[in-house]
Amino acid sequence: MNWESWEAFWAMGGYGLYVWGSYAMTAACVVGEIWLLRRHRRLSLATLRRLQRLNP
Amino acid sequence: MNLYYFASPATFYPLAGKLVPWFALLAAALCAVGLYISFFVAPTDFQQGEGYRIIFIHVPAAWMSMFIYVVMAFWSAIGLAWNTRLSFVMARALAPTGAMFTFVALWTGAFWGKPMWGAWWVWDARLTSELILLFLYVGYMALQAAIDDPRRADRAGALLNLVGVINIPIIYFSVKWWNTLHQGSSVSLTRAPSMAMIMLWGMLIMALAAWMYTIAVSLARARTLILERERQTEWARLQLEGQA
Amino acid sequence: MIRFLITVIRRDVLLAARRRGDWLTAQFFFVMVVSMFPLGIGPEPTMLRLIGPGVVWVAALLACLLSLGRLFADDFRDGSLEQMLLSPYPNSLLALGKALAHWVINGIPLLLIAPVLGIQFGLPAEALVILVLSLAIGTPILSLLGGIGAALTLGLRGGGVLITLLILPLYVPVLIFGAGAVEGAMSGTGSEAHLSLLGAFLVMSLLVAPWISSLALKISVE
Repeated sequence: MNWESWEAFWAMGGYGLYVWGSYAMTAACVVGEIWLLRRHRRLSLATLRRLQRLNP
Repeated sequence: MNLYYFASPATFYPLAGKLVPWFALLAAALCAVGLYISFFVAPTDFQQGEGYRIIFIHVPAAWMSMFIYVVMAFWSAIGLAWNTRLSFVMARALAPTGAMFTFVALWTGAFWGKPMWGAWWVWDARLTSELILLFLYVGYMALQAAIDDPRRADRAGALLNLVGVINIPIIYFSVKWWNTLHQGSSVSLTRAPSMAMIMLWGMLIMALAAWMYTIAVSLARARTLILERERQTEWARLQLEGQA
Repeated sequence: MIRFLITVIRRDVLLAARRRGDWLTAQFFFVMVVSMFPLGIGPEPTMLRLIGPGVVWVAALLACLLSLGRLFADDFRDGSLEQMLLSPYPNSLLALGKALAHWVINGIPLLLIAPVLGIQFGLPAEALVILVLSLAIGTPILSLLGGIGAALTLGLRGGGVLITLLILPLYVPVLIFGAGAVEGAMSGTGSEAHLSLLGAFLVMSLLVAPWISSLALKISVE
């Protein structure tokens, strides 16, 4: 274990903003990409099904 | 089983569907291990304190951003040479993820640079080349978005991709030259702390996690793209009904 | 084949001569963009001398990109491009001719205007010579590479900006060594290396770019 306490962990030796700013943005990008992916699939499937109903 | 069996969208679609969860699981597991190493095993760096821990994201993201572009070029080349629709789909499916990693590399590069070198952005060779790589990704996606005809979009994008991949070494070399010329004794993010083995392991595992993630995400994206393109076919229509 | 090449070049130059307005606009754009920089940054002479080479080069890039949109578009729209592609001569020859014509029409005037702009930035005489020389070697490269972008974006909406997005990364090495040559001349470190590299890029572009442009044309026209 590297950290004596949770406070030390979050503080990252004074570099907290930069370390967590990096990890947070990365997490946001990953989550965002997955969310966009599912959204694209959802919308696409809905459109395709509607088209299919109109052109059986 | 003949590998060409899966070159058909109809067979690739269900295969990809089965593979996505496995790769996602692998990615999550590797990421967990990697994060554990990066926070709880890797020791504090002598020079950079705790701030260096950003490299466990920055370096894998940069590696992936370049690796994905090359893989895209591979699929683009196959598509142009053998006119296989699926190859173009794979290239298209990879691009957004590649752009994402490039952005992450740039962001984390800036967040690493600020505490270490005092500036949010340094025009060092690696970061500047990474920025140009982002432009290449965006250009690829913009070109395909601007073309309505899917066949033309596929092939134009593929050609652009190949032109880009050939130019990357030239661009990197030029930027490196430009950088040494203007900065002299450069502050460089590439002068990383001499790596303890454990740090290297952490980066490798995170890179593997990123790779598994990329495969999962691009296969998933490819599935949606395939359905859109093949919507007139029998198997696609069955799929759409089946998933209602 | 040479006759075909010369015909292609002559045709484009003639067409451009008849529509002088388009061509003049690009040149004025070049001059105006360069003038924007001192207005935005300040007229301090030492600083202007520092940024001069880069500014002139960037403006040259932009002026070139501005005019690339029309490289194939007009012929595409009236159907003559398809006819030219069907001719017995290799399509890369057509692309080469088009790019060279573009350079004659848009690149050479830049060479004539650039020294004047260089004087505006207080560049010394040796620097001006290298500036023109670097542009002389560099602008054909810009036309050749730009042809690839013009061919890929043929007939697309948002064309001009899209070409810029696609081609600027490819222009980066040309910019670096072009402006670098002038800076080398001013700082005394010499510009031979930069100019030689530029020359190498020119040769590579001459050999490869027309072929890639012809591939792109085939993709766009089919």
